[in-house]
Amino acid sequence: MQLSLGPVLYNWAPERWRDFYFRIADEAPVNTVLIGEIVCSKRSPFIAPYLPAVIERLRTAGKQVLLGSLILTSLPRERRQMAELVDTAELLVEVNDLTCLKPLVGRPHAIGPFINIYNEASAAFHAQRGATRICLPPELPLSSIAAIAAALPNVLIDIFAFGRVPLAISARCYHARLHKLTKDNCQFVCEQDPDGLMLKTLDGAEFLTVNGVQTLSSTCANLLGDAEALREAGVGSFRLSPQDCDMVAVISIFRAVLDGREHVESGTRHLAQLYPDVPFSNGFLHGRAGFLSVAPDARSGQPHQFREPIKPHML
Amino acid sequence: MELICPAGTPAALKTAIDAGADAIYCGFNDETNARNFPGLNFSRDELREAIALAHRRSVKVLVAINTFPRAGAVSLWHRAIDDAVAAKADALILADVGLLEYAARRHPGQRLHVSVQAAAANADAIAFYTETFGARRVVLPRVLSVAEIAGIVRETTCETEVFVFGGLCVMAEGRCSLSSYATGQSPNMQGVCSPASHVAYEQVDGRTKSSLGGFTINSFEIGEAAGYPTLCKGRFTTKHGTGYIFEDLVSLDAATLLARLRDAGVTALKIEGRQRGRAYVEGVVRHFRQALDALDSGLPIDAGQLVPFTEGQATTVGAYHKTWR
Repeated sequence: MQLSLGPVLYNWAPERWRDFYFRIADEAPVNTVLIGEIVCSKRSPFIAPYLPAVIERLRTAGKQVLLGSLILTSLPRERRQMAELVDTAELLVEVNDLTCLKPLVGRPHAIGPFINIYNEASAAFHAQRGATRICLPPELPLSSIAAIAAALPNVLIDIFAFGRVPLAISARCYHARLHKLTKDNCQFVCEQDPDGLMLKTLDGAEFLTVNGVQTLSSTCANLLGDAEALREAGVGSFRLSPQDCDMVAVISIFRAVLDGREHVESGTRHLAQLYPDVPFSNGFLHGRAGFLSVAPDARSGQPHQFREPIKPHML
Repeated sequence: MELICPAGTPAALKTAIDAGADAIYCGFNDETNARNFPGLNFSRDELREAIALAHRRSVKVLVAINTFPRAGAVSLWHRAIDDAVAAKADALILADVGLLEYAARRHPGQRLHVSVQAAAANADAIAFYTETFGARRVVLPRVLSVAEIAGIVRETTCETEVFVFGGLCVMAEGRCSLSSYATGQSPNMQGVCSPASHVAYEQVDGRTKSSLGGFTINSFEIGEAAGYPTLCKGRFTTKHGTGYIFEDLVSLDAATLLARLRDAGVTALKIEGRQRGRAYVEGVVRHFRQALDALDSGLPIDAGQLVPFTEGQATTVGAYHKTWR
């Protein structure tokens, strides 16, 4: 089982962003690293000066580097950005919106988790056009993942296995709205929340997090306990999404558990220490509400009992 | 501009025809369409009869097969496509690339529309659908301004259809898992958003609390109309305070923008609401028929009469005029 590190979804200070990837290059046992601003095109200019150095450092360290495309492309400026990304990239592009697919047809590329692939036929459609790896939507249950992986033995299937789960994208910026700013004059207030802005229900239960135009879960996906079932289902890679915590340590724990050097229980305990106060979830994988944490049966990979479901009032 | 109207039942379809629809869109009573609500939608026989009736009245019928097929069960969706074609549907409204490919291959010549659930939000994405599948029309996502729509129309040969009234997705359509995060059921997979089976209303401390999947979505004074707890239209709290974080309880009403949409080159106007009753269909369709007739005659458009049909009794022109840009 390989490990891939998803792109940083948050508006981190550019130097911090650079240093994050430098450390990943130097220390993290990860096979593939996704980089690029995929959430908000307004943030792209900030990291642009550091991209070449980050790519160089990661490649020198033997990591495969992929460039992610914007999740939602609508402005002419964004379309130009995407056209340039596809034209100039000597790196593999991960497509997150069909906008940039046309020029990639016939060339090897990756499909990101923001493309709607829910079945083996749509997965095959993309594979026939050059997709060599597909990160499936986080919403998919294990049965669908297994059916898709079985139909496409030559495509690397990547599964969102750690991080707050991206749930929605909008043309409207909720950070700007909350700060009573317009999107064009947003003052980049999303930088105040490097791990997203917590959104609670009226009775105080943690529910979602806001990251500019993107909405994510409040819980953190953790599929460590489902790794065996996913491996059996034909999954070839786990996607770990950067949060505001020690991601080198998170990656190392996943590596250790996947290699059998650490037990799932101990790995999960360590993850909870590294990323404290954020409940884990894996409900989507079990065909349940996404926020739930379902205890998998170690042997069959089927849920045999529910850990006490996280009721909103308990959070 | 064509007026495209919703029908959740054969009765609503007749009502929409009588009220002046140019075309009706509807779906089968299963998970193949994005309004898969109990008691709603058409059996195979009902669809065949409905299309025959509509054609006798020179009204078109567009069949929405716009969820994303479940892995291992794609044949269910293929059957829906075959049956809709056999029933003489004027067009199929599809979102999944696998289904578009199947329909284009199996039924060449069948008119294909790209569903709003495919979220084709710019001319490049639209070109992908027209060139790959021969799609003739795209239903534009509700994230675009009128000026952006005009720009798209200039760049593409594909017809465009835009929503002018009804429920308003604030997130990019077809790319939202908020509902399944709280309930396990999503528009993309099960064809439902914020399903009624997971909704509860509860009296707490002199207020009515609405919840979805156990999460409180809103709270109202007793006696105040408690809105349906659609997840993205709830009130939530952040460190900056409490309020409607994503969108107020409002519906889309673009009646005041019809002239601008026409000038932008839009082909068709769509009314949301296959889940709504006949009174809604009758009232809203008739209103837009009159508005379009007025537009054609150069007469002023009587706007603002549809408030009773809206969510939260309030309307917005949504992204068409981006006050928040």
